Amino acid sequence: MSLQIRVRKKLRYFEIDLDFSCPDDHLLVMIGPSGGGKTTLIRMVAGLETPDAGRIAYRGETWFDSERRVDLPPQKRRLGYVFQEYTLFPHLSLYENAAFAAADRAEVDDLFARFGIDHLRGRKPHQVSGGERQRCALCQALARRPRLLLLDEPFSALDVVTRRCLREAVKGLREGLSCPILYVTHDINEALFLADEMVPIVEGRIDRGWMQRTIAPIPDSEEAPLRATRQPRLALVY
Amino acid sequence: MRSKQDTDINSVDWQPFYVTLKLAVATTGLLIVLAAPLAYFLAYARFPGKSLIEALVNLPLALPPTVIGFYLVVFMGPKGAAGRVWEAVTGGSLLFTFLGIVVASTLYSLPFAVQPLKAAFQRIDRRLMESAYVLGLSRVATFLRVIIPNSASGIAAAAILVFLHCMGAFGVLLMVGGSLPGETKVASIAIYEAVEAMKYREAGLMSLCFIPISYAFLLLVNRLNRGA
Repeated sequence: MSLQIRVRKKLRYFEIDLDFSCPDDHLLVMIGPSGGGKTTLIRMVAGLETPDAGRIAYRGETWFDSERRVDLPPQKRRLGYVFQEYTLFPHLSLYENAAFAAADRAEVDDLFARFGIDHLRGRKPHQVSGGERQRCALCQALARRPRLLLLDEPFSALDVVTRRCLREAVKGLREGLSCPILYVTHDINEALFLADEMVPIVEGRIDRGWMQRTIAPIPDSEEAPLRATRQPRLALVY
Repeated sequence: MRSKQDTDINSVDWQPFYVTLKLAVATTGLLIVLAAPLAYFLAYARFPGKSLIEALVNLPLALPPTVIGFYLVVFMGPKGAAGRVWEAVTGGSLLFTFLGIVVASTLYSLPFAVQPLKAAFQRIDRRLMESAYVLGLSRVATFLRVIIPNSASGIAAAAILVFLHCMGAFGVLLMVGGSLPGETKVASIAIYEAVEAMKYREAGLMSLCFIPISYAFLLLVNRLNRGA
């Protein structure tokens, strides 16, 4: 297993207590209701928050170990992180943003072409749409040649059509990317579409039963084998 | 009866204005460079006793200028720590020199730079900083490449406030620098001396120069603060 996570952290209303791992080349979706500790977990993996106890290791390298008092700063973890909200630097153009920490500028050109934002390279973040900003954020994260890609509800603020396009783009990303991807969402459709593996997180703990409580099989349909018990069926059918 | 010297605008000695301008530019430049890291530290660092340091930085706001001037004279004088070091290095005195009033003015105006800079840095979305850290930037690089460029209007507002405060400084400068023409005699001291000498028209002309400059700069500060 390339990424091993065992963390505990006391939050205001509950305690995060998680132990799981993610193999290489896997897209692991952390799913669950909002406010369940998913973002805090991904921030701990990034080194932006410190667990109370536990260990986070990646391909044999310890990033955090409370017993050995190891806590590698985010700068040294070499991650790609796309935040839930837009976090492009407002004083830079989209191209400058993507090239900000790029290993090779030629890769930024390729990524811009691949994500269809080549014509926007000179624009500032406030001059483009939310979808274009998040495409650029993906380019920024990938141009760093990350060892691990963290995507924290990257498309939650976008409209349905744009979100669907970007989901496809993320799925396409998998080819040629050898690092694991941790993807946070509370959207079951998104999770089903993208995941190699799902970790349902409810109030800081893995709750396998949450998926079964939230979705149920539809025996008479092959196209849409799952339906949400709390959502209209149409929301699941693409 | 007014003398010709008292009524002719050409007879007004404008040299103190040049000294004032030089002092304000030097102090503003120096303070922005020195106060920016201090303000960044105070904006984001958490440590015990932080409020004590913040109060110390703001002390010049609460103390009478003569009190600050007195301690600076002691500190920069031949028996003071800074005065002794300065004399050992250069062989000269720090008091009654242009450099001396730059140092005094810098300390006196410190809160006028730190407070607006701190407010400007705190307005920056913390997620931008986190994004920079994840992209591999150190705290110093984040400060220079992310915080500073996104605080331009706050920095400009701080610079203007310091500049205006320096133009109006009087008590501290008089105590530390005296009134040496061309060296430490600034416009506010020249006005005071003109009044003492009952040259009211000369004092009036010099005073009048301050009003449009200060007013225009304050309007600019308001505009910058609205835009931030």
